[in-house]
Amino acid sequence: MLSLEIIEENPHHILKLNGEIDASNSVELDESMRKMIDDGAQSILVDGTHLHYISSAGLGVFMSYLEDFQEEGIRFIIYGLSPSVWEVFKILGLDQLISIKPDKETVIKEI
Amino acid sequence: MITHRLQITCQTTALAELRAFLDKVLDPLHLSQQDHHQLKLAVEEVCANLIIHSHQCNEHDLIQLTVKNAKGQLIFEIQDEGEAFNMLDYKAPDLKNVIAQKRKGGLGIILVKKIMDEIQFESKSGTNTCRLIKRFSS
Repeated sequence: MLSLEIIEENPHHILKLNGEIDASNSVELDESMRKMIDDGAQSILVDGTHLHYISSAGLGVFMSYLEDFQEEGIRFIIYGLSPSVWEVFKILGLDQLISIKPDKETVIKEI
Repeated sequence: MITHRLQITCQTTALAELRAFLDKVLDPLHLSQQDHHQLKLAVEEVCANLIIHSHQCNEHDLIQLTVKNAKGQLIFEIQDEGEAFNMLDYKAPDLKNVIAQKRKGGLGIILVKKIMDEIQFESKSGTNTCRLIKRFSS
């Protein structure tokens, strides 16, 4: 099960993920990411506090937008990941390509 | 040796069922949270690949998973009767290419190879067997 919610908290678009992302529902993550970009988001924060699981299908969605973010100068940060989920990002080396922060407070303080 | 078996249909919605089964099998082993999580992920990645690429999500096709726990190692045996896909022959893409080409695939096999200690593959009389082995020092 996965639920996604986009919250506009000027100047950020916050995408809250709740549940598990796999090949059956990664298209929903893709649609939400696309929607935020189409809405002109300049700062996308992904709240992974309630993301219990993500397979390569979901990780691939994030990866596929990295170049767009760079080209269009969109800030992209993921925060709140559980240690197990964070570890999966690390296995792939995605923690070197995506800004991952422990929590929202850290994000707000640092930007 | 304890053996657990599960049969799933080749649909991506069966992946949640697969994870629930793996939780049930792995829970009594009291692995670290990360090992538990990663083993579940690796098995799911192999099954997701089969479902999507070898079986084109055909719900009439089946995948059999057998989990054996023996002598400090866990063996996950995944069998199907689709087009053989030997991930040992598959050259995983470079991450930079994945980004540049905006590809959404190719990451799963990297994960499986990094998580598991050994991967075996054989294809015999129409049945493909992928064996994922994880060793634990006791």
